[in-house]
Amino acid sequence: MRLVPHPFLTLALLLMWILLTGFSPGHVLLGGLVAILTSRAMLSLKPEPARVRFGLPMLRLAVIVSADIIRSNIAVARIVLFRPRERKSGFIHLPTELRSPYALAVLAIIVTATPGSLWVQHDARRHIILIHVLDLIDEEEWVRQLKHRYERLLMEIFE
Amino acid sequence: MIQAPDLPLWATILVSLLLVAGALVTLVGTLGLLRLKNFYDRVHAPTLGPTLGALLILAGSTICFSVLQSRPVVHEILIGLFVTLTTPVTLILLARAAIYRDRSEGILPVPPDVVSRTAETRVDGDG
Repeated sequence: MRLVPHPFLTLALLLMWILLTGFSPGHVLLGGLVAILTSRAMLSLKPEPARVRFGLPMLRLAVIVSADIIRSNIAVARIVLFRPRERKSGFIHLPTELRSPYALAVLAIIVTATPGSLWVQHDARRHIILIHVLDLIDEEEWVRQLKHRYERLLMEIFE
Repeated sequence: MIQAPDLPLWATILVSLLLVAGALVTLVGTLGLLRLKNFYDRVHAPTLGPTLGALLILAGSTICFSVLQSRPVVHEILIGLFVTLTTPVTLILLARAAIYRDRSEGILPVPPDVVSRTAETRVDGDG
């Protein structure tokens, strides 16, 4: 058995410990110990190994998502405050090409963290995602936007 | 600001504006809970708080403590990251519970479970 089964997780935990407590030899030692021990807990969960490509697509996704979150915040605030009469909410079906559970998890977080759209269900057999949209004008347009903005980049990062 | 007497005036003004703006965004989100009419619409509104509301408040906190130089600003980044990552989990669970209820009771018009659908009319919108 290896001493550090999930090196990235261990490193991330150590980094977080140092960031929260401040840099000193004692904390590096203590944090390292905690990181190694806690990351071993993942062993019993046996997660599927993830293939993640770091690089430009990740950065672009982060920028796009941040911009979209701010924009849809304003859109939802407008709906709540002014209650436009013609607004119609509804469900859309997004056929997806994503298969990696990690990519799907990231997409679920993006869709739900963005005000105005909510991930409701993922049909793993037919690869269709059910999403509720607060301001639904055109289902096709929503599907195209989601595919174009997020799915393409997630494919590059995870698949 | 009695809590931070060393904060210069410009920073005080900026931090206060960010805090009030963040609080207002969060308030609008909670107002949505009252104003929107059905469950699925309501779930959208509270996301304003953990996203833009939190961002503005954390930006205020970052400026405040960077100017005072009492500690590095990474705390806010970590808070933002964890709030953004964990809120959707709760919301998705709530939505799942709601759609399960609505499907079995049939009060609100919700799309049926895709697996049990016989006609595949809307599936081929692949772009």
